[in-house]
Amino acid sequence: MIKVLSHLLLRRCLQAVLVALLVSTVSFFLMHSLSGDLAFRIAAGRYGYDMVTAAAAEAVRVELGLDRPLLQGLILWWQQLLQFDLGDSYLSSAPVIEEIREQFGHTLQLALSALVLSVVIALPIGLIAGLNPHGWLDRVSLTLSIILRAFPPFLLGILLILLLSSKLGITNAANASHEHGGLFLPALTLALSLAAVSSRVARDAMVEVRRSAYFNFARTKGLSDLLALLRHGIRNAAVPVIAYLGVQLVFLMEGVIIIESLFAWPGIGHALAHAVFGRDIPMIQGTAIVMGLLFVLCNTLVDIACMLADPRQRYLASRRADA
Amino acid sequence: MFLCPIHRQPLSIAVAMLSLALLIAMPLMAATDSTKTSLSIVGPWEVSTLEPSRAGYLFLRMQVAEALISTDLEGKPSPGLAERWQVSADGLDWRFFLRPQARFHDGSPVTAASVVMNLQRALSQPGVLSMAPVTGIIAAAPGEVSITLSKPYAMLPMLLAHSSAIILAPAAYNDKGHVRKMLGSGPYQLVRQTLPQQLELALSPHWQGKQPAIKQIHYLSASRPETRALIAESHQADLVFGFDPASMQRLRNNPKVVVKEADLARTITLKLNSGHRFLNNAETRQALSLAINRAGIAKGILRTPELAADQLLPPGIAQWHQTGAGFPKLHTDLERAKALLSAQGWQPGPDGILQRNGERFALKLNAFPDRPELPIIATALQEQFRKLGIEIKVIITNSSEIPLGHRTGTLEMGLVPRNFALVPDPFVALNQDFKTGGGDWGAMQWQNSQVPALLEKIASDTDPDAQARYRHDIILTLQQELPVIPISWYRLPVAVHPQLKGVKVDPLEQSYYISDMYWSSK
Repeated sequence: MIKVLSHLLLRRCLQAVLVALLVSTVSFFLMHSLSGDLAFRIAAGRYGYDMVTAAAAEAVRVELGLDRPLLQGLILWWQQLLQFDLGDSYLSSAPVIEEIREQFGHTLQLALSALVLSVVIALPIGLIAGLNPHGWLDRVSLTLSIILRAFPPFLLGILLILLLSSKLGITNAANASHEHGGLFLPALTLALSLAAVSSRVARDAMVEVRRSAYFNFARTKGLSDLLALLRHGIRNAAVPVIAYLGVQLVFLMEGVIIIESLFAWPGIGHALAHAVFGRDIPMIQGTAIVMGLLFVLCNTLVDIACMLADPRQRYLASRRADA
Repeated sequence: MFLCPIHRQPLSIAVAMLSLALLIAMPLMAATDSTKTSLSIVGPWEVSTLEPSRAGYLFLRMQVAEALISTDLEGKPSPGLAERWQVSADGLDWRFFLRPQARFHDGSPVTAASVVMNLQRALSQPGVLSMAPVTGIIAAAPGEVSITLSKPYAMLPMLLAHSSAIILAPAAYNDKGHVRKMLGSGPYQLVRQTLPQQLELALSPHWQGKQPAIKQIHYLSASRPETRALIAESHQADLVFGFDPASMQRLRNNPKVVVKEADLARTITLKLNSGHRFLNNAETRQALSLAINRAGIAKGILRTPELAADQLLPPGIAQWHQTGAGFPKLHTDLERAKALLSAQGWQPGPDGILQRNGERFALKLNAFPDRPELPIIATALQEQFRKLGIEIKVIITNSSEIPLGHRTGTLEMGLVPRNFALVPDPFVALNQDFKTGGGDWGAMQWQNSQVPALLEKIASDTDPDAQARYRHDIILTLQQELPVIPISWYRLPVAVHPQLKGVKVDPLEQSYYISDMYWSSK
């Protein structure tokens, strides 16, 4: 097991280095290939359109050295990266790493809350629906899943604000702090979108388990339904659900950008949208690297979780490691 | 049958898990209760940095920081950190006398040296202070700051009232000269920040002036207008600023929401390249203006018919708005517009688009989405100009493309929500826009010597009657020449908690006057 794990971690570390290099270089070229004058765009992002003038743009150009050749800029960026320095934000002048640390904490809090909430909503619904396929709960949950997944998160968020905040008054519409109830609505919006699909994945996995020979054998040998489910059902059904949770991270990262803006949540998604509009290149590059590394980390965790849940995967992985 | 028991069990598991979800959520559901001394504000403005040139406006409005000069609701200068000031007979030496008991939020006294340091810094940063012909800023005596000019500049107090010229404590800056703490001298001090969204303010123990009724303030930036409107409707904040037109109409129709509005010194204008071969005479620009259905735009898009602009500045900016009976107002007259273009040699082509010497009357119009109504107004203009026989290609891009296009000479038309209250007197923005050579957001390649000369006179002449005459002549010339075409004015709507009293809406957006507010049980 240790050999398998160390092999996996070593492979993922190498992937992380490659991802960091590739993402940072691609984002560097992408940002520099966008149309428009960089100094003017940054000045507009910094001072707002009321105060952006040619003089302000020239001051920005001189301050940030935007006239230097592209290749020189890239080499400087690589040098900084090798020293684990992500530079200073063009818009706020604060170190990018500090900004990301602050914002990333908020995003992580939101994403994890949404993920936990989605599991809490999706698993029981999915498992029960899977135990009685085509029953009323299965049909209702399928309809709700389709509706929720078809709703853009932005619209779903507004409807939830209208219902839970404006009409029922049980939570604040927006508040950039946990203690004033600001986390609940954005987390619920994301969670419902996630649960819409993961409940169906759980349902399908449960249907598979119920049809399997080992589940029927467990029932035949005299185990109760609950024991058969707990001992043989949940673990088998969990593998595709865990794998799918990894896939959902992509949706989460997409979702947080608009959800954070809608609910005034001070996370990295909201910051990234502003950085793109304001051409805050160091911030975009830093965020892209962090998000890229996060994907590598999450995929690693999902692989480990799947291995722990499924001995067949451990066996296959150990054979690959030996080979 | 075999599934019946297992059905009940997962059902109870499901109920338990959903209860757990609610338990997780319940602590988060606790709503904020406003006390009689606290105030919550929601607005669209984000604070990504504490730097005065970028976010000073919010700290000035929230009365955290002060500038040397303040202004009243009519835009007249009033004491700020300087309790009084005087100017030498030749208009070159200005003396500002600081309020003796003024203290920064770290307890240190506001000294002439600290004011000088801040003003010199402001002079070197993007802002407005560099518009004045400043030759020196020195501490002339304890509590006395002297600013010397190379030529008289009557608007200096207005520049000193700008948010980029706020005065912070020396301890506010780190060794690189960046602002590390917001240490102003106003009634409220910053106690907590979650940039860019949230600020927590409290009454400063070092504030020596009149003690305000509001002691704690919570500011939240919500960038989406839909969110702000829903917050206002559910009374989750006491003051909510900035709504899109659709939400605004809904709020006005909601009897539970109190909405206060003030005319802003901001006008949506159509910036024209007056050097362009199609636009280089006043008659063509007048034809464009006559083709614009301002009433339709104000009613249909902005949902406020009275915002249709018949001149550059709105009625709320009384000094500049012309009310004389004989003053010609901008209006719509499509037939007259067609006649004006026909006189210029433009004739309809087979597709209805005007042609002259084989050239189609086709232009590009740049707009930007920072204000959601701008792209919609751009497309409305596209249709209205098509009726005149002009083909418009609308380009929705970044705001900076307009000043960039001005500098490179490539801009043809730009839709601009011009803020004439960059400083409390619109003169400064007008001078930027219509001085010789034009301005990034104003006239472009416009050949006119009269308006720059009148602006020069206003800057140096202090006689109020003469200034009123100059202002009239400037607005009249702009109305006739139309280097920029006014389309609609703006209003600042604020949703106010029904029990919050003493709320003033500042059309110049210099202050929220929080220290004048109080809670009433009625």
